[in-house]
Amino acid sequence: MTASTGHNKELAERAYRIRRNAVLMGEVQGQGYIAQALDIADVLAVAYFHALRYRPEDPDWEGRDRFLLSNGHYAIALYAALMEAGIIPAEELETYGGDESRLPMSGMAAYTPGMEMSGGSLGLGLSIAVGMAMGLKRKGSDRRVYVLFSDGELDEGSVWEAIMAAAHHKLDNIIAIVDVNNQQADGPSTQVMGFEPLVDRLEAFGWYTQRVDGNDLDAVVKAFDAARDHGEAKPRMIVADTLMGKGVPFLEAREKNHFIRVEAHEWKLALDALDAGRLA
Amino acid sequence: MTKPVLTSSGKPRLTTSAMIASIAAEGQRTRPAPFGHALVAAAKERPEIVGLTADLGKYTDLHIFSQAFPDRFYQMGMAEQVMFGAASGLAAEGFTPFATTYAVFASRRAYDFIHQTIAEEDRNVKIVCALPGLTSGYGPSHQATEDLALMRAIPGMTVIDPCDAHEIEQAVPAIADHRGPVYMRLLRGQVPVVLDEYGYRFEIGKAKVIRDGTDVLVISSGLLTMRTLEAAAKLATDKVSVAVLHVPTIKPLDTATILTEAGKTGRLVVVAENHTVVGGLGEAVAALLMRNGLSPRFRQIGLPDEFLAAGALPTLHDRYGISTEAICNSLKAWLAG
Repeated sequence: MTASTGHNKELAERAYRIRRNAVLMGEVQGQGYIAQALDIADVLAVAYFHALRYRPEDPDWEGRDRFLLSNGHYAIALYAALMEAGIIPAEELETYGGDESRLPMSGMAAYTPGMEMSGGSLGLGLSIAVGMAMGLKRKGSDRRVYVLFSDGELDEGSVWEAIMAAAHHKLDNIIAIVDVNNQQADGPSTQVMGFEPLVDRLEAFGWYTQRVDGNDLDAVVKAFDAARDHGEAKPRMIVADTLMGKGVPFLEAREKNHFIRVEAHEWKLALDALDAGRLA
Repeated sequence: MTKPVLTSSGKPRLTTSAMIASIAAEGQRTRPAPFGHALVAAAKERPEIVGLTADLGKYTDLHIFSQAFPDRFYQMGMAEQVMFGAASGLAAEGFTPFATTYAVFASRRAYDFIHQTIAEEDRNVKIVCALPGLTSGYGPSHQATEDLALMRAIPGMTVIDPCDAHEIEQAVPAIADHRGPVYMRLLRGQVPVVLDEYGYRFEIGKAKVIRDGTDVLVISSGLLTMRTLEAAAKLATDKVSVAVLHVPTIKPLDTATILTEAGKTGRLVVVAENHTVVGGLGEAVAALLMRNGLSPRFRQIGLPDEFLAAGALPTLHDRYGISTEAICNSLKAWLAG
């Protein structure tokens, strides 16, 4: 179901497994930001199985690329990817959102291996990324800071503070990905607070910016590669247009909502849908 | 002080109601920019120290550091949120950021960033803020009357309210050595020197008796320790004996020393602070005493729970009861009552 032309069969399989992990976690709690997890799974597959350098057995390895989850409610998606990457044991999936679990519903740095920041309060990640990127440059490191945030976070003034600071300090070691699924708490993001034309705005703010279909693995791979290889001393932004619920047709079609309700019997149906869409 | 400058109409030009009016009294010994010079000294020992400011380097004395270590200084623009978030990121990469602005902007505008990206993530960031309490005549926008209450409410935050240049010089290397987030109030510019005469040494988490006395125990921090020492000297000529317990670390509180001193019977206990009476050292001490079954006569010297006026600092300090004269009057009245 991941819209790959077939060149990225391995990534498509990774994305399938990330989606599957996320649905299984959603079933544990009977809820969760599952529609977001499904929309961002392709980006996470490319991040963790194409772009990022890391050691699964040593999540704090100095030589890793940093990955910041600014939209902490996407934790269910990141846990799913971290499990697929071998950073979190797959058996912890059963603990998602439970007491004493390392997998709280909102991502927090102290709880989870591979979780670089505490989210929950939106709009923090880019600012932390600015400091990490400055720190890596100070250390002479060639590692990068990847930061994922959501289109709703564009409403936060602090995000634009960080966008200005990253350009001012020429932080070409930041690759930010904004998930434009056009859905936030009170409705479609573009109606809650307009942010278009987003590419023009970001370019005007001094960022090397690409806009891609965030559910097209080939396009996402190209965008990550271009962000990495770009020559100018500018921070890099990937605007990823995604589809809420991607990969589970009945969730894709469901009336759009920030927090999609999934009935108890539907988790199994969602897994079946993912299996049906899995590339042979 | 030098001869007053006259305006074109022949009146003395007011110099005390500016945004960053000096708190030094006429003739008082001062040292310039103690924070900036102490940070330069600490940074020579510790290459991991970096400095950040939100367009207030000159007004937090961080310019001394930025001149000495231009490549270790980050100008973040007039944007406190990204400054504290970036400080968190630098700390995550192993650096020890000293981030400066005015106390109002750290404690009010950027509170969530300090709470979430620094304290909750336990990042080793030093937040150093000028214009604490009522040290600006500019009005409530610049009067950080509630910063200690806000900062001490954050789990894991060490909160320091130093008295003078002597203490700031010692506190800077101490907080650089300390692992964990710190909020420190900053007196900047020409900063009075007082505590060196008492052989005082700053230690994080330690309250110290600066002066002993039998009639009243004043438990104080920051600027109000300086003022209380002046008041104590004046009252001594009236045969009023004032003890001063200086508590520069608001959190964690030196509970043992406070309980020992407040537990000595027969003394009026007064907490004096350059801060609203809501949620600062006064209420922290009151709760501590109650929890431990101590009930001495207790009074607070502090700023009222209201938005303070703009004006000349000496006038405002008199009006709100934190000038030396006002402290003398309060103590005498309470002892008489």
